[in-house]
Amino acid sequence: MKAENEMTLTFPSRSSNESFARAAVACFAAQLDPNLEELNDIKTAVSEAVTNCIVHAYRDCLGTVTIRCRILPESVLDIVIRDKGCGMEDVEKARAPMYTTGGPERSGMGFTIMESFMTSLQVTSKPGRGTTVHMKRKIVQRRKNA
Amino acid sequence: MNLTSFLQDKHLTVALRGEIDHHSAKDIMRVLGNKIDLYLPRVCVLDFREVTFMDSSGIAIVISCVRRMRQLRGEVVLRSVPPQPMKVLKASGIERIATLEDERSLVHES
Repeated sequence: MKAENEMTLTFPSRSSNESFARAAVACFAAQLDPNLEELNDIKTAVSEAVTNCIVHAYRDCLGTVTIRCRILPESVLDIVIRDKGCGMEDVEKARAPMYTTGGPERSGMGFTIMESFMTSLQVTSKPGRGTTVHMKRKIVQRRKNA
Repeated sequence: MNLTSFLQDKHLTVALRGEIDHHSAKDIMRVLGNKIDLYLPRVCVLDFREVTFMDSSGIAIVISCVRRMRQLRGEVVLRSVPPQPMKVLKASGIERIATLEDERSLVHES
């Protein structure tokens, strides 16, 4: 599908970049004129995916996180968040609510939130190679001639 | 991390503020735990009115607070939660373990 606009962002997996990443995606999404709830849903889902890269994929090291955002026809925001970290053996298990390998500091709700806050979520992962999270969110078009 | 709090009648109220994510959660969890251990409250009230963003890291904060308060046979109340953090909290079914204030159906089960 041909993108109407796109941007790519790469940054090291430092936790201080979590707020930067979700704010940057929200700024890009703003051109679709989302309402506050849609914008917050997108920020929350991006925050979860980026946190996974930092906490899990690059658990004991610094690595690169790449975000690619595209605007597809019919007001769909398409987000791909990719790392080249440790990857996962069992994606289905990781997606289950409350499942976490992150200890008491993590709730295990990251994928559940991405899934319920976005229109679609696809996760692919290879142990030792990394993980790709592909999310889409349709933005409801309200008033054309404001 | 500087969390404003006050204690009255064994109720410890802690005002959370700003953006709560994995980056900020560790400090919040530590400071909150220290306050509970210091004051040994019967009720711990987490006030969310100045929280501008929260992801699932905030759920982990509430869960750790509930765990600590259960050891004291106390309870946790979540007060004045704005819509964005509320949506995240509800996605996790947090109302099963903590009381959401400003709501008609108050549920508390320990």
